[in-house]
Amino acid sequence: MLHIVNKSPFTAGALQSCLRIAKAGSTILMIEDGIYGALDGTAVSGQIREALGDITVCALSHDLEARGVNGKVLDGITLVDYDGFVELVTANDGVQSWL
Amino acid sequence: MSEAGATKKFLYINRKAPYGTIYAWESLEVVLIGAAFEQDVSLLFMDDGVYQLVKEMQTKGIGMKNFTATYAALGDYEVNKIYIDKDALTERGLTLDDLQHLVWEDENEDWAEKDSIHLVGRDEIADLLDEQDVIFNF
Repeated sequence: MLHIVNKSPFTAGALQSCLRIAKAGSTILMIEDGIYGALDGTAVSGQIREALGDITVCALSHDLEARGVNGKVLDGITLVDYDGFVELVTANDGVQSWL
Repeated sequence: MSEAGATKKFLYINRKAPYGTIYAWESLEVVLIGAAFEQDVSLLFMDDGVYQLVKEMQTKGIGMKNFTATYAALGDYEVNKIYIDKDALTERGLTLDDLQHLVWEDENEDWAEKDSIHLVGRDEIADLLDEQDVIFNF
């Protein structure tokens, strides 16, 4: 299952709900304002670092660059471009968008 | 109330990240309109609003205009009271060095360049709200 999060972890519960439900072996893709969840040194960084043990976490590089934070991404998070986004959608059996 | 009775204290509170929604850009448009009417304007960035001031944004990849370059022009419109919630920065792993360096030139001191940005805590934010005639929320 591919989980997509597009909301900031500081203004919505989307990332929290996603982390609660996502199974080991699944993938989380952070896009749009969701990419703020991929950054180091924040109030949610510890939670993401913990999840990285058995969940693949990806973030859309264009959204990181647009927001000026591409240099602050947590170690272990995979950066993808739009082609990578499409590949993730096709490689996974289902997609859940946590709007 | 000033003598003329026409100048009011306007505070714009920005609490949303840029690009994900249109709020940040719309706020900036309204701020510039308010400044054109020579009101006493202050800006407060708190919660995800602090992300609006992060420097070196490259928006080509998302096909949107980087409107945040306009913040640097605010000083020319005499918008030079820009307050940032320091707790919001800390929660997001950011420091002042991650943000644009916004300045204005003080005509009463031979156009000396001064910082527009002031870091504030919750008590100062509460006082800031109390001082205003009008508060706009974005």
